[in-house]
Amino acid sequence: MIQVEHLTKRYGPVTAVSDVSFNVDKGRIVGFLGPNGAGKSTTMKILSCFMPASGGSARVAGFDVFSQSLEVRRRIGYLPENAPLYTDLPVGTYLEFVAEIKGVGRRERRAKVDEVMERCFITDMRRRLIGKLSKGYRQRVGLAQALLGDPEVLILDEPTIGLDPKQIAEIRSLIRSLAGQHTVILSTHILPEVSMVCDGVIIINRGRIVAQGTQTELVEQVFPTARIEVEIGGPRDAVLAALRAVPGVLRVDDLAGADSTARFLVESPRGRDVRAEVVQLVSARGWRLLELHQVGMSLEEVFIRVVAGEDTEAREEA
Amino acid sequence: MRWLPVFKKEMRLYFGSPVAYAFLALFLIISGWMFSQIFLIYSELSMRAFMQPMGPQSLNPTENVMRPLFSNMSVVLLFFIPMLTMRLFAEEKRAGTIELLLTYPVRDGEVLLGKFLAAGAVYLLLLVLTLTYPALMAAFGRIEWGAVLTGYVGLILLGATFLAVGVFVSSLTENQIVAGSATFGVLLAFWLIGWGADAAGGRLRTLLQYLSIIEHMDGFGKGVIDTKDVVYYLTVTAFALFLTLRALDAKRWKG
Repeated sequence: MIQVEHLTKRYGPVTAVSDVSFNVDKGRIVGFLGPNGAGKSTTMKILSCFMPASGGSARVAGFDVFSQSLEVRRRIGYLPENAPLYTDLPVGTYLEFVAEIKGVGRRERRAKVDEVMERCFITDMRRRLIGKLSKGYRQRVGLAQALLGDPEVLILDEPTIGLDPKQIAEIRSLIRSLAGQHTVILSTHILPEVSMVCDGVIIINRGRIVAQGTQTELVEQVFPTARIEVEIGGPRDAVLAALRAVPGVLRVDDLAGADSTARFLVESPRGRDVRAEVVQLVSARGWRLLELHQVGMSLEEVFIRVVAGEDTEAREEA
Repeated sequence: MRWLPVFKKEMRLYFGSPVAYAFLALFLIISGWMFSQIFLIYSELSMRAFMQPMGPQSLNPTENVMRPLFSNMSVVLLFFIPMLTMRLFAEEKRAGTIELLLTYPVRDGEVLLGKFLAAGAVYLLLLVLTLTYPALMAAFGRIEWGAVLTGYVGLILLGATFLAVGVFVSSLTENQIVAGSATFGVLLAFWLIGWGADAAGGRLRTLLQYLSIIEHMDGFGKGVIDTKDVVYYLTVTAFALFLTLRALDAKRWKG
């Protein structure tokens, strides 16, 4: 549904996006993840036909965003960063304007506006001036205007920013409910959001894609080994040597610990569980097992590893 | 055509805020004052002319009241039109709403047309309201409606030109105040350029006179429609609108 190939965008001497390529299949929800200034918004502005790329190409629903911009714009709903809206218009009037400009027929216009207002929980705000709304409501009006006209593709730049936790949950389930009929690409820097809402993840840093795939794929890519953390009461050196000797263990890192105990990070190949062997070892030697747990590989750790790794490399190059 | 939603939205913004009311009310107060003063001077003149047997038999009221009124109104419009146009693009750019507007399935030209016509509609409403002045004269005397009509054709053309220049300047900045004052500056410069014509001679004089934006209004006030004047106003209007389209395009490229 969305095909991006070698996309590059330069603002004068600054390269905001460099050689970015990805695909999003129909009906999928993809999260665009990256630190501030990574190029998320720029990519979205190009996909929404607001500005052209300096190089490469992007196609939405089979149409080129540059040469067939009108066709693309008929098929997308866009929510720019910070939801810029006409503050002097009432919500209802504004949404009717959007429905009309998107070509929703006169007869169904009212019904469509009612529908998106209901979906975004803003029905009772119809007569309120947009300028008088709180940030959360404004964000939802922005989402409502993106949904008008039933676009195949939704491009949402930080859709949950400025919302309170309850609203965030509501908007997330709303976005989740779009999967299937709509293709959604959303940017965020809230990591749990991606885990909850998205099917796929694209991590972007300094204008380049550093990792992409489903969440499990990313975790496996970045952390190829399974890890457990143990704390053992016993002589540190002896414990370390014994752990290294356990069959299946690839690597043991000393994490230090309190004086009389030792903490270690034990890595083994994915799918090879060494916990039982470690427990057995400890009891056989008469040490005390104080703690043992698997280290969960969350997206957050993937993100930090990938982005931080990149930044160190960049620093070393410079 | 998708210009209609944009037009409707702009009209709501004009009449949902004090802008349109302030524009109409202030202009009518000022032009009403001018009309009454010109009319008083005229009545005194015609009284004196009536008492002098050797003087002209009668002073034409259309020529002596409406023509100066048209020319005074043209100058006042120079100050007032920027009020209508300064918001049009500058505010969209400042608030970021232009990002949504330009990603809806409409052409830039349709957006521009909607905005230009909305400002034009408010201006036309103003002109309709100023018809009070010739109507008052008609109630108390004879008036040549042909000449009045011609004058209004001139005001429409002049207004379109001012509006187009205003819209263009508004598309260049994010700041309404800058847009308003720069529009005023540009229009004023195009008016003052004509002053140089008096001092200059020969070809330069003709050129300066031709460039002067209000100079072309004079013929219409006399009841004459000169192709040269019509072409001038239409050309400047079209050129300013064309430049606006280029500016919108450039904005995209620069991001």
